[in-house]
Amino acid sequence: MVAMREVFGKALLELGSINENVVVMDADLGSSTKTTYFAQKFPDRFFQVGIAEQNMVGIAAGLASCGKIPFATTFAVFLTKRAADQVSISVAYPRFNVKLIGAYTGLFNGATGASHMAVEDMAIMRAIPGIVVIDPADAEEMKQAVKEISEYKGPVYLRETRDEWPDIFNADYKFSIGKSSVVLDGEDVTIIACGVMTSESIKAAEILKKSKINARVINMSTIKPIDTDMIIECASKTGAIVVAENHNIYGGLGSAVAEVLAENIPTPMLRIGIRDILGETGRNHELLEKYEMSAEYIVGAAKRVINNNKNLDSIY
Amino acid sequence: MERLTKQAQTIRCHILAMITDAQVGHIGGSFSSADILTALYFHIMRIDPLNPNWPDRDRFILSKGHGATLLYSALAERGFFSVDELSTFGKLGSILQVHPDRNKVPGVEASTGALGQGLSIGIGMALAAKLDKKNYHTYVVLGDGEIQEGQVWEAAMFASHFKVDNLTAILDYNNVQLMGNVPDIMQIKPVKEKWESFGWNTIEINGHDFSQIINAVNSAKMKKGVPTIIIAKTIKGKGVSFMQNTCEWHGKAPSNEEYKKAIRELKA
Repeated sequence: MVAMREVFGKALLELGSINENVVVMDADLGSSTKTTYFAQKFPDRFFQVGIAEQNMVGIAAGLASCGKIPFATTFAVFLTKRAADQVSISVAYPRFNVKLIGAYTGLFNGATGASHMAVEDMAIMRAIPGIVVIDPADAEEMKQAVKEISEYKGPVYLRETRDEWPDIFNADYKFSIGKSSVVLDGEDVTIIACGVMTSESIKAAEILKKSKINARVINMSTIKPIDTDMIIECASKTGAIVVAENHNIYGGLGSAVAEVLAENIPTPMLRIGIRDILGETGRNHELLEKYEMSAEYIVGAAKRVINNNKNLDSIY
Repeated sequence: MERLTKQAQTIRCHILAMITDAQVGHIGGSFSSADILTALYFHIMRIDPLNPNWPDRDRFILSKGHGATLLYSALAERGFFSVDELSTFGKLGSILQVHPDRNKVPGVEASTGALGQGLSIGIGMALAAKLDKKNYHTYVVLGDGEIQEGQVWEAAMFASHFKVDNLTAILDYNNVQLMGNVPDIMQIKPVKEKWESFGWNTIEINGHDFSQIINAVNSAKMKKGVPTIIIAKTIKGKGVSFMQNTCEWHGKAPSNEEYKKAIRELKA
């Protein structure tokens, strides 16, 4: 296992070699986001803006208007909150080809605590018209996503997970924007997950199997545009859905799935995610447990939704 | 200069007509920058109206995007689109939105309106020129109220640090913003010293004097290694006596009576 930010950094470096239009911008966090590899190899195409995210996004827009493909990289919290207006009006509204990279997502940010925890980044980016939102599940998907988004014409928001998470995909996998994939098949319940919660959902499925429950696990790495067909198919086939994300239960993947279900095929659904609270300093596995997002909680939700019990608060 | 004066007058007439007809728009700030944009579009900038995406074109960003009617009038007069289009301003379905939309209007480089963003975007364009070893120049017009936005200073710091000398900023220093006079709302002085302390070269001019505008731009373009801001002292609403120097005409649309009075002055 390699830390996903390392994978990102190396993928960006490789991209720099094959596409001379790619430029990278950093807001004084390069050693954390690993844009340093690109910076070392291509110093002329790397722009250090200092601690100035709004300016970074604006400059990225200007570069994109001249045919460059800027990867504007900083922590997700600062990119999506401090620079939300710039993302919306400088980048998304004119449809500039800027790749917005939000590092250190959800609870897992190297124990830096609440101020550095992006619990609402997907909700914000999802609600700004015109931005593709992606949360890769593992190293292989991260590597492919970096390349894919550079070829997509238009604004993209990519979540750059920080740490090591279990491998799910190998080189046979083909990441495609907007396409989710069936990681495990099953008929009793569907767990739709994105980012690091996909591997956690696979663990949950393995636990559920012991209770003779066959869970289908979907990796829905593109949150916008959402894979509507897959959601409807899973609802139809399994009749019960759990959504797991490393994000607030308001506004992210859970909300996106609920929107599709409610309008097409109302189905019992429960959300696993950050329950509308900023986190705290802690190690990843500690936070996963304390904030009730680990496999056992996904298992609990799956069992409850199968039994049509919507009251998740009973686990407190 | 005679030609530019007449051109600016024509542009002011367009602005007045557009805003009166649509009953929405920003006269004060459009009039105060009118001579600056006239000089840029009709004398200084290397642009091709038939080729709005010409890669080597000079770039212009109206960071104070509420001056949209001014930008549209200049572009139309310059031939980027038909002057007839101007009468659609501010109406549903028009390409001429109340704040400029880059995807709708040939010649508009950025969708400004949310203040404080244009200088950063302009810097991005200037950086691209350096990367591609191109000679085009980028111009950004800012409002004085606008420089209350923090992002402007982030951009200023960057431009100096990165020696973005192929960009020239122009401050439309009309001393009036929406809610009142700038010093009463949020004091921005000392302006020249602020920009100099951020590493910029500054040139102070009368923003309604064409030779001063042109000389300042020439001087700015020759200044290497530092970005330049031309601090243009202007009059909000310049051109119509009862619209001058007051926040009342920041965003108010004229009545038919007021239009008649105003147009008489402009055409005098």
